[in-house]
Amino acid sequence: MNIENQQNLLQVEGLRTVFETRAGTVCAVDGVNVTVRRGECLGVVGESGSGKSVTFGSVMGLIRSPGRIDAGRILFDGKDLRELDARQMRAIRGRDIAMTMQDALTALNPALTVGEQLAEVMEAHDGDLPTGRSARKRAIRERSAEMLGLVGIPSPDTRLRQYPHEFSGGMRQRIMIAIALASRPRLLIADEPTTALDVTIQAQVLELISDIRAKLGMSVVLITHDLGVVSEYCDRVMVMYAGQIVEQGATADVVCRPKHPYTKGLLGSLPRLSLRGQAINPIEGQVPELINLPKQCRFYSRCRERAPECLQVIGMQDAGNGQFARCIRVKGEDIK
Amino acid sequence: MSGTAEAAPLISVENLEKAYLGRLSIADRLTGRTHTVVQAVNGVSFDIKRGEILGLIGESGCGKSTLGRSILRLQEPTAGRVTFDGQDVTALSPSEMKAMRRRMQIIFQDPYASLNPRRTVAEIVGLPLQLHGLAKTASEARDLVAEIVAKVGLKTAHMDRYPHQFSGGQRQRIGIARALVSHPEFIVCDEPVSALDVSIQAQIIQLLMDLRREMGLTYLFISHDISVIGYLSDRVAVMYLGEIVELGTVDAVLSNPRHPYTQSLMSAVPEVDNPGQRQRVRLTGDLPSPLSPPSGCKFHPRCPLATDVCRTSVPKPESVGANHTAACHRLAENLSLLETEPA
Repeated sequence: MNIENQQNLLQVEGLRTVFETRAGTVCAVDGVNVTVRRGECLGVVGESGSGKSVTFGSVMGLIRSPGRIDAGRILFDGKDLRELDARQMRAIRGRDIAMTMQDALTALNPALTVGEQLAEVMEAHDGDLPTGRSARKRAIRERSAEMLGLVGIPSPDTRLRQYPHEFSGGMRQRIMIAIALASRPRLLIADEPTTALDVTIQAQVLELISDIRAKLGMSVVLITHDLGVVSEYCDRVMVMYAGQIVEQGATADVVCRPKHPYTKGLLGSLPRLSLRGQAINPIEGQVPELINLPKQCRFYSRCRERAPECLQVIGMQDAGNGQFARCIRVKGEDIK
Repeated sequence: MSGTAEAAPLISVENLEKAYLGRLSIADRLTGRTHTVVQAVNGVSFDIKRGEILGLIGESGCGKSTLGRSILRLQEPTAGRVTFDGQDVTALSPSEMKAMRRRMQIIFQDPYASLNPRRTVAEIVGLPLQLHGLAKTASEARDLVAEIVAKVGLKTAHMDRYPHQFSGGQRQRIGIARALVSHPEFIVCDEPVSALDVSIQAQIIQLLMDLRREMGLTYLFISHDISVIGYLSDRVAVMYLGEIVELGTVDAVLSNPRHPYTQSLMSAVPEVDNPGQRQRVRLTGDLPSPLSPPSGCKFHPRCPLATDVCRTSVPKPESVGANHTAACHRLAENLSLLETEPA
């Protein structure tokens, strides 16, 4: 257990994040366990509202009222982040764990140049900077130019003096990655880094993240709704549905031998170039509302394989080889 | 469909152009500068046969939506001609055009912005009936709306609700019902599934395919997702910076892409199958600004195969097989990025 813990950079146990609304309590994340090992890339797949962004927003301590973390432990490098006060959390957020947001245009400050925004991160988190004022300034400028170069932005010295609106969508996303990487984090959480981008630019950004990951040896959590992206860039994947993890395992296993009907359904509804001419099979129905969910399998109403036994709380079942699925059809040990 | 293959196309687009004039500042006027021009669509020609789906693929900003809108004259084309069922659409008067719109419709990308939040579903879907005088009485209109609402997979009970009471997928169904209620022949589908989750996207694709079969529809299907285009199109047009660089049957273009842009586009799509085993063409740089398009072939700054000819002269579309054209200077050499560069 101890050795396993040392391999895990991030360990989330029983996370429950709720939002109070007039209509009732929305349980956006309900009992989620996540482990991110050192140096690995974990893919998190799910449709909108499945809880993937809220899970990692909780890890970053970004949940604000009316939302709150109701239960669970968030262990980063063995330390429970929920027990830290605001100042201690700020020291970790941005330095050890960095997150890039889906929409780069709203996440960047339009009133500051890119150079100023990069400098802010380094001022706050970089202990290696020289103490003299001009030496410090020079060091920050050099490092900033180096970061922009690293993410593949040409003529970084000029670009540092420009504002976010002067960059294209792909460039902005790269700038966010540069800002996130400026403090050399040990964990990068990339929330839909390429959703707004075109495929040729998407490929560039994802290659960039995996190159830097290899170079700096950091762990990456890649939140996406695109199973194609996951299968090309992630070591392991977890599939979320209606606030729960429904399947997780090595990417190749989950994608090639899915155990949960939802994962199967997702794969079946994907038009694929390599399967041209074959019909797609949409999942019928819609995601349930996350208020007052009945104690049963949450995929029940849309499931092709449903049975009366599904009308109870279903735990994650061990499908072997580190693959788990929340489905009674997976014969195995019920793990909590 | 093969029976109608020789018949005149339903839609014929010839050298269509759409240019936008940039705004001039006072300083520009004082210095006598002329308008900057964005050539969003630059001399595009293609036909669509009755009952066919032409997929139009390209990256954001390449002009694909402008092209779709110009065909319907939602934005007036600046040059060129669109013929619909033998009639020159671009020459119609506003009232003739209004009548024509009954036969040509559009489904928009954003199911949130394209529905009036203050109108019920019955009112939104019923509006085309009212505009074109297709229903004599209110109850007849309601019946027609109910019929089409059922056809797109919504319930009659939904008719008196407002758009905010629906999810994205259901809203897109409302948009489809509105486009179909006047029984058009041709529909421009402008990224109708891009804003939707995977499982909902599949439902809508299925619905559009079923409706085409049942109602004999013809689509121009615009998307940036080559897998979606490959799934539902009969023919594919690949667009780059206002021009069509490759056009052909879906099998020809996707199995044997000849333009380096099409090749790189296809290699960039992350796929679930055989991850990592595919050859990847790495394009460098972003889409150039349409304000200052590159000289010669517009793809040359990003093209790994570019030579001096590409920098100076504009390639013309050439036939590269049955029903398959591409516009590239280096076609004759039969180069493929997909073969020359292993992963």
